[in-house]
Amino acid sequence: MKNYETVIGLEVHLQLNTKTKIFCGCANTFGQNANTLTCPICLGLPGTLPVFNKEVLKNGIRVGLALNCKINSFVKFDRKNYYYPDLPKAYQISQYDFPIAKDGYLPVQIDGQLKNIGITRAHMEEDAGKLIHDSEIKASLVDYNRTGTPLVEIVSEPDIRSPQEAYDYLTSLKLLMQYLDVSDCDMEKGSLRCDANISLRKEGAKEFGTKAEVKNLNSFKAVKSALEFEVGRQKKLLDSGERVVQETRLWDEAKQITLSMRSKEEAHDYRYFPEPDLVPFTVDQKVIDAARKALPEFPLAKSGRFIKEYGLSEYDADVLIQDKNLSQFFEDCIVNYNEPKKICNWISGALKQELNAKKINFPEAKLSVDHFISLIQKVDDGTVSNLAGKDVLKIMLDTHKDPNAIISNKGLAQVSDEGALENIIAEVVSENPQIVEQIKLGKESAIGFLVGQSMRKTQGKANPKIINQMLKRRILDV
Amino acid sequence: MITKKDVQYIAHLSRIHLAENEAESLTKNLEGILTYIEKLKKLDVADVKPTSHVLPLENVFREDVVRESLSQNDVMNMAVEKNKGSFKVPQVIE
Ligand SMILES: [Zn+2]
Repeated sequence: MKNYETVIGLEVHLQLNTKTKIFCGCANTFGQNANTLTCPICLGLPGTLPVFNKEVLKNGIRVGLALNCKINSFVKFDRKNYYYPDLPKAYQISQYDFPIAKDGYLPVQIDGQLKNIGITRAHMEEDAGKLIHDSEIKASLVDYNRTGTPLVEIVSEPDIRSPQEAYDYLTSLKLLMQYLDVSDCDMEKGSLRCDANISLRKEGAKEFGTKAEVKNLNSFKAVKSALEFEVGRQKKLLDSGERVVQETRLWDEAKQITLSMRSKEEAHDYRYFPEPDLVPFTVDQKVIDAARKALPEFPLAKSGRFIKEYGLSEYDADVLIQDKNLSQFFEDCIVNYNEPKKICNWISGALKQELNAKKINFPEAKLSVDHFISLIQKVDDGTVSNLAGKDVLKIMLDTHKDPNAIISNKGLAQVSDEGALENIIAEVVSENPQIVEQIKLGKESAIGFLVGQSMRKTQGKANPKIINQMLKRRILDV
Repeated sequence: MITKKDVQYIAHLSRIHLAENEAESLTKNLEGILTYIEKLKKLDVADVKPTSHVLPLENVFREDVVRESLSQNDVMNMAVEKNKGSFKVPQVIE
């Protein structure tokens, strides 16, 4: 048995979130009725001409810059020719030899270490339509709404060394693109799609082994599982002296295996040539410089700053930056209540739990900075218990009401008034003579049980610290 | 040198059906065109700027503004076969 090194490269297609398609004014919107977002241009009717969407170029440049790429000042499009029913023109307008961006890298956290994964290129192109295979009517149905949706294809170098690294690369890439706000990066809607190239080579070998291309990957988890399956499959072949065949394989999610796709005959002869319907474009260095200046703060930089500026732990900072909106909310809160650690805990803990439970994103929660801070302050000053505070938050997200109003309406304020608690303490002590005896004999830890009993009788509204003190005073006379 | 096999391959990629005699005459035509290209290759173009487009134009853009699309009805009127608002085509995958 020899040891092998895994070599993976990923191709990611990202649908840009521009208002319109790449070469026509049809709306770039997902989920509309079939064939309601098309026009003579994106249907490829004779006599029409595509015109390039300015915003697509702008975002192509921003993606390239975010990936530390060189931006090509000369931009042109090429025709990629193939016949398939989802492609009404029988060619896709893409970029061949002058991609908008090349030679970059993406820093990825892998096992706590930063590793730069090379980016070969990023280019702009149009998406194809959507084919639905209908076995009932024994035909395929074509919806051309997606035709002409702007795409950026990001091709990585074969720098990825394990399925887990592939997963980490995708997570980092997605987060970076969300910070850039160029795409909603939703694999379920197909706005982020990924194909993977994978090969094995003997440890220490310089030459790459024969690779397989894996498609039909519908989630990051599927990418990881499919690559793990491929490592096993290729290893078995190589160990038994067989060869890996260069081919495209499809991931079967139900069976958790990859299967050879019956090779589309000569499918790879795309006969690229310069697109005659579009003139070339030149990108001024000034435009590139301005775009670079306008880039947002990126996740890694932000997490570093949170650690330095607010004294958060690496873990806390990393959790916060996973959501651009939540990390912004965190900073907005600190301006008004300078308790970074507390605010971080409330956001990463209770708030995230509630968002997950309601299956909503933070912006949909419409939570105001003022309300959130005033809730945390009410917990900090002992007006409500931590537990009751979480209930208040839940109600806040449902009703968007001021936490103070919720606390008084629901009677959630903690009882710290000893007079009001005296009867309850007396009750608990008389109901639990054995425990009281134990405490008197020195088993002080048993007092926790009595605190719990008292809390229950007040429906959690009592201040546990006060209860504890009162019990000790009564039983031990301290 | 262009062979009949090349012509048949290109015809297949373009989904064009060629009769035997058509393939033969096209082979000769293409051969003639390529001979002409050979001639062009011999020209001295050291002083000619490389170009990717015949028009002396660049940077023709469109603003990112939505324009009305065609109605589903209009689009379906162009379809040879249709089903539930979609173009119906021969089955592509099993
Ligand atoms: Zn259109």
